[in-house]
Amino acid sequence: MIRLEHVTKTYPKASRPSLDNVDVSIDKGDFVFFIGPSGSGKSTIIKLLLREVTPTRGRVVVNNRDVGTMRSWKIPNFRRSIGCVFQDFRLLPNRTAYENVAFALEVIGKSRGVARRVVPEVLELVGLGGKEHRYPHELSGGEQQRVAVARAFVNRPLTLLADEPTGNLDPDTSIEIMRLLDRINRTGTTVVMVTHDSNIVNQMRRRVIEIESGRVVRDQPRGVYG
Amino acid sequence: MRAKYVLYEAATGLWRNVTMTVAMIITMAVSLAMLGASGLLFLQVDKVKELYYAQVEVTIFLAEDVSDEDREALDRALDSDPLVSHYYYESQEEAYEKARELFSDAPDLVEALRPESLPESFRVQLTDPEQFREISVTYIGWDGVSEIVDQERLVGDIFSILNAVQVMALVIAAVMAAAALLLVANVIQVAAYSKRREVSVMKMVGASNWFVQLPFVLEAVVAGVIGALLAFAALAAGKYFIIDGPLAPLSMLLTPVPWRNVLLTLPALAAVGGLVSAVTGWVTLRFYLKP
Ligand SMILES: Nc1ncnc2c1ncn2[C@@H]1O[C@H](COP(=O)(O)OP(=O)(O)OP(=O)(O)O)[C@@H](O)[C@H]1O
Ligand SMILES: [Mg+2]
Repeated sequence: MIRLEHVTKTYPKASRPSLDNVDVSIDKGDFVFFIGPSGSGKSTIIKLLLREVTPTRGRVVVNNRDVGTMRSWKIPNFRRSIGCVFQDFRLLPNRTAYENVAFALEVIGKSRGVARRVVPEVLELVGLGGKEHRYPHELSGGEQQRVAVARAFVNRPLTLLADEPTGNLDPDTSIEIMRLLDRINRTGTTVVMVTHDSNIVNQMRRRVIEIESGRVVRDQPRGVYG
Repeated sequence: MRAKYVLYEAATGLWRNVTMTVAMIITMAVSLAMLGASGLLFLQVDKVKELYYAQVEVTIFLAEDVSDEDREALDRALDSDPLVSHYYYESQEEAYEKARELFSDAPDLVEALRPESLPESFRVQLTDPEQFREISVTYIGWDGVSEIVDQERLVGDIFSILNAVQVMALVIAAVMAAAALLLVANVIQVAAYSKRREVSVMKMVGASNWFVQLPFVLEAVVAGVIGALLAFAALAAGKYFIIDGPLAPLSMLLTPVPWRNVLLTLPALAAVGGLVSAVTGWVTLRFYLKP
């Protein structure tokens, strides 16, 4: 469950709000695309949901927690219920695919034994079986993004946030990553994805929320790009 | 496993950034050594003061034409004065005997001395030596009293030198400490910057704040404690080679520096070094690694 209630976000020193009175509700298990022109405020929504920034006005509720007023010491635990994928993969270059995923488990206190059991499983799931011990520079862009998806999913989050996950990939590879996110969504995980990719949006026919200048201008259940 | 991770990260952090680490350790060592030295000096000055004060006596010299009544009145007053711990009377003959002894290697001087030329006096020891002024004020106006002299003034010069040295050591220690703090803050920032990728992934997946920060803080604490060990080694060497060496004759005057005090600086400096590093590191990271 994700709810944005009359959310306005004005960054410090900004002259106009990046988000202006946005009202959105996303049910558990939904799959939602956020689309819109550059600078319209899509990434700002992701940052609000992750509590990287707080709303200037309004309420942001994620997994039944009011993120805007959350005390800072509660943030780490909150983030464990969320997986993130970004356009630039954000892998650690000096760690293998396996180690990158295991790192995400170990730093939240899971034992090495758990990692040994779970990481190969999830790498298999994203289609990287056999490439566990490759370093990021030994993997293609698509494969690197699979590692990132595996890392986001390994902790079985309730929600997966993806900010232009296919932004750096060619169309075929993009479709493969989309299939992956779709599969993850079918396990019950809520997926929120920001994208510029009209092909993907048109092919998937999922809920589309279009943002322009910080306002919601369209919210369509089985939408197309535009 | 998590402990192992944290220790490993701290160790590799120290090694990766080895020039800065060495700079931090040296600055830490110098400032802690100054701190330890001024601490020792502080203890020392206190002890010297105690020693001198115990010997300080106030001398009330009597006028040449003092009457017997005046002398007796003074005697009674001193006897009942709570500021006086004990006192005795020194006649002109006794003063003459003392002077002859004191100047025995200058016979010409002794020759010139006459008992009549030396004043009689009361030699007074105080319950609290620092209150000699009250004694002066009380008795200076009495009939038959010519002058009141105390040895505080002699001791005072030594004390003002010691105090100046003490203040100087503290000032240097403070300046060095400021430099050490800035270096610790800088080293931590460089370390955090060189691991920004790891840190951003850790924050993204929800690693707890202490888990993100502990390796960096530990890095600073280890450097601080090593600095403290070096500072202690420097102080011990100073005691062994300088205080007990060329400066040994001075200890007649200034009381010797005991090993016990020198050893005491080890835990004190280690605690100060470790704590200062930890707090600086933690505060730096709070600003540097916002949630
Ligand atoms: N930290 C910031 N400080 C000030 N203004 C910001 C900040 N971050 C974003 N903005 C502004 O907020 C607006 C929305 O930014 P946002 O990153 O959400 O856009 P976006 O829709 O993700 O764009 P794109 O498609 O190019 O990624 C932009 O005008 C941007 O300049
Ligand atoms: Mg964006």
